[in-house]
Parts: sequence; C-alpha cells; structure tokens
Amino acid sequence: MTVSPAPAEALLSEAQEPGRDRAPRGMSGARAHGLAAITAVYLLWSLVPVAVVVLFSFNAGRSRSTWQGFSLRWYTWDPDGSVINDESIRNALTHTVLLAVIATAITVPLGVLFALALDRWRGRLPAGANFLALITFVIPEIALAIGLLFMVTYLATPFGLGTTAQIIGLVTFQLAYPIVICRARLLTISAHYEEAARDLGATALGAVRRVILPMLFPAILVSAILVFADVLDNFVLVRYLSSDASTETTSMRIYQVARAAPTPALNAMATIILVVSTLVIVVGWLLYRRWSKRQGESTDLSSFAGNL
Amino acid sequence: MPDRTSRFIWPILGLPGIVWIALFFLVPLYVVFCVTFGTVDPIFRSPVPAWNPLEWQFEQVVVVWDRLVGPNNFYLPPVLRTLLYVVVAVVACMIIAFPVAYFTARYAGRHRALILALLVAPFWISYMMRMLAWINLLQPDGLVNSIITLGGIIPLEVNWLSGNPFTVVMGLIYGYVPYMLLPLFAALDRISPSLIEAGRDLGASGFELFRRVILPMSVPGIVAGTLLIALPMMGDYFTSDMLSKSPNTSMIGNLINLSIATPGQSGQAGALLILVLLVLLAPMIWYTRSNAKAEVRS
Repeated sequence: MTVSPAPAEALLSEAQEPGRDRAPRGMSGARAHGLAAITAVYLLWSLVPVAVVVLFSFNAGRSRSTWQGFSLRWYTWDPDGSVINDESIRNALTHTVLLAVIATAITVPLGVLFALALDRWRGRLPAGANFLALITFVIPEIALAIGLLFMVTYLATPFGLGTTAQIIGLVTFQLAYPIVICRARLLTISAHYEEAARDLGATALGAVRRVILPMLFPAILVSAILVFADVLDNFVLVRYLSSDASTETTSMRIYQVARAAPTPALNAMATIILVVSTLVIVVGWLLYRRWSKRQGESTDLSSFAGNL
Repeated sequence: MPDRTSRFIWPILGLPGIVWIALFFLVPLYVVFCVTFGTVDPIFRSPVPAWNPLEWQFEQVVVVWDRLVGPNNFYLPPVLRTLLYVVVAVVACMIIAFPVAYFTARYAGRHRALILALLVAPFWISYMMRMLAWINLLQPDGLVNSIITLGGIIPLEVNWLSGNPFTVVMGLIYGYVPYMLLPLFAALDRISPSLIEAGRDLGASGFELFRRVILPMSVPGIVAGTLLIALPMMGDYFTSDMLSKSPNTSMIGNLINLSIATPGQSGQAGALLILVLLVLLAPMIWYTRSNAKAEVRS
C-alpha cells in the first residue's frame, strides 16, 4: 500500500519547528473543543485496538480476549508456541526483515539515480518511464502481483517464485517513493550549485557525487524509511510471489492463522515487527536531526561561496 | 561548458530505472494480457499464453462477461457489492477525516507535532496487524461483545466475523482512513489563517466560511484522498477475508484471488483484472497527471 509521501516530509520538518502558533481567536472556542473531541475519539479508535494486540502478546494464558496476568511466555519459553520456539514464526520474522533490507537497498539507489536523471534529461523516454513509475503508485497492487506471478510462471525467467521474485516485485512497487521524494527535493536545489562545482573543475559525475547527493540526503533518508516500513507491511505481492513456507512473511502468517484460534504468539510476532519499524523511524529521525544541525553551518558556507 | 560526459551522464544514470520498470512492470502487464487472451490446455487445464497479439482469443473475456451479465451472473453481486462498499467507505472516510484534519491543521497549537505523529502512526503498523486487532476485539467472546452485552447480561451477542457486511465496511474504513487524512491535512494546512480572517471580516458566518472558502480550497485534498483509498480498495480481498471469510461479503478482489487459487482459472483472473484496470485507467492517469503538474508548479 502506498501513500503520497509529502506528509511524511512535512512531519519531519514539523518536528524541527514545533509549536507554530495557530490558535484561533474569538468565537471559535466551542467549535475547537468539538473538533478536539472528535480528533481524540478518532485517535482512540485508531490506536487502542492495536494497543490491545500488543497488550495481549504479554498474556499469561492462551486467550486473546481475557487477561490472565503478565508473562513473556509467548515471546520466550512456551514450549511449542512462543516466538522463539515456533519455527514458522521465527522464519516469518527473519524473512520479513530480510526482504525489507534487500528491497530498500535496491529501491533507494535505483530511484535516486532515476530522479537525478529525470531532473536533467528531457525527452519522451524518460518522461514515459516517469509516468509508468507514477502509475505503479496508484495501480492496485494485485495487478502488479498477478502480472509478476504470471511472468514468473509462464515466461522462462531465470528466477522462480520465492525470495528473488518477492524482491523484484517489492522494488518495482516501491520505486516511486524515492523518485517522487527526490524529484521534489531536486526542484528546490538550484542548478547554480552544480554549475559552481563544474566551474571549480569538478566533472559532471563529481558534481553529482560531491554536491548534489549530499544535499539530497534528507530526501534519500525519508524514502529509505518509507520503503523499509512499507515492505515490512507488504502482503499482496509477497504472498503471490512466495514459493513455500520458507518465504512466508509475518503479514502472510497473520492472514493464514488469524481466524484459526491462534495463540498470543501471533500478537507477539506482530508486536516485534511494530517495534522494528518504530526503531527504524526513530533512528531515521535522529539521523535527520543530526544532518539538519550540521547543515546549519554548511548552509552558511555554501551561501558564502555562492556570493563569491 | 558541456562536454561529452555531461551529455551522456543523465541517460546513463536513468537507464537502470528505465530498464527495471520496462522489465518488471510493462512485461508483467503484457503477460497478463497474453495469458488472458490465450487458450487453456484441454488436458492439463493449464493456461497456454498467446504471445503474439495477432493470435489473441477472447474466450476468457466471454466467460467472465457471461458471468457478469449472462443468465447465471454470479460475478455480478460481488462487483456491485464492491462498488457499494467502496462508496460507503470513501464517504465515511471523508466524514471522519475532515474534522480531524481540520482540527490538526488549525487548532492543534502546540500539540500539533504529537497529533500528526499519532495520525501517521497507522502507516507504521502493519495492515494485517490492524485487522488482527479487530478480529481479536470482535470474537464471539471478545471485548466488543462483552461491552454491548454488559458482560453477558443482555443477550445481544452479535456475530461480527462471518459474513457481516457492517464489519467489512468498518474494516475498510479503519484500514484506509489514514490515507484520506494526510492529503486532506496537507490541503487544509495550506489555507492561510488570514484568508479565513478576511472572510470573517467581510461578514461571512461560520457555515458560509466553510462552504465558500474552506471546502473549495480542500477539494484537491479530498480528490487525492478519495483516489488514494478508492483505487487500492478496488483490488482489496484481504480485508473481507480477514474480517468475514464469507462469500456473502466477497468483493472483486476476492473473485480475482479465488480464480488465481483455482487451477485452470488464471485466464479468468486475468480477465477480471483487465476489467478492473480498464475502469480504473482514467482515474489513475488523471491522478498521475495532476500530480506531475502540481510538481512543476511547486
């Protein structure tokens, strides 16, 4: 599932300058309270069910609806059902993270290079490719999944269903993230920087590597986080392109057993993936903050150079 | 000073992406057409793709068309149901998302970053985990039933999880509303407070302000949000599978998914998929174009 990436960047920059005062004046107090109440109810409805899943992963009993005391049983010691002891859960967790790491490592460089090229290269070919990349953003995922499934099944591809097919599908589906985000950022980077670097003797490639890429850092970071989190969440593609139990992911596991009276170990598995994606976001945000602090100095330097 | 390298560098950088999209997006789509418009092996029931468009046959399309509008039209109810579910879910998402986005954009004050983070949180929570959450809550002996029966006193136990259309639509709303919220928030956030003050100074009432300033200016967000949730919902089969698993609530996505799982029906899955893509082609292109234009303008 994809979403317009702009808000994620807005959120990151929001975190940089909190508390922009937009408090309204006058008669709108009652209305603001009403809206606040709606927002609060919405947030509760949106997040409490998930919190219940996390809570019951620590249940001492088998029930997912009756609290029987706190225990780490479903993570650690339960002989046949815990995350550690259930091979299928363990395998789903490692495979999900593996897919996320590899897919991100391919998608982001591929998308960044493509965005760089699109920024300068005019013509029908790049414009058409860009259009297709944007279509992958809104096309129902099932279309791409079935297309790749048919391709792998009926065309003599050098790879079969399984990890490789899953990664190829994920990269194709996620490629629009780095492209859109980096292009938006490139539009704000003036061509002067590159020209200045060229005037100072840099080659075209050198200018990209030493001037443009560092300025793209926040866009690259944001797209990497988005791709990683989105791959952890993927279901349709990875399911159609999986080969057997060894390429099962956590979302497939939930789909498979959620309705068949599973133990809270399933909750524990979902909780672990939630922790992984939260960690990635937190680390990403810290990196972003460090970058913008450092950028505070280098912006001055580059504007100084620009004045020369 | 343009030199040889700078002329070739951009195409070289862009080439991997172009090749990737051609190989793994265009080719797969073409294969869908070849399988759909191919034939079926009479003995093994396996599809025989027709790679040459001149040899394309339309048997599968006729089969699917018959099931849609023929005398035995058992494909029609899921199709109509999908349209109904999607319309209801999209409207509900709008009604839910608008006040929340409006509050966050205008009134959240110093809690803004926190509220935004909470609004975005569902993106980091796996969709399947969010559906699992409702399966847990809606079990016969789950939290929801024990609340509405006041712990078993009132005999009102509802069967939520098998064939209940209300649950499936609620699941769709729950799953997709964040994707409506963010574009709506972005649009509402762009409305300058001074514009609203100007409207008020000119004597507009609260309702008039909403109707003549806020609503028109939020149209891009509403349209983007609607497309962002309606397009994927059209191919959604897992929400219904997770929360109902009954043919009474199956959607187009379920038809496609079932055909894929049934040997010999790949062509029908392809035909259904092509049908969905044809219907969605115009909105998809329109959304992509308008996004590209907005990018140029910004």
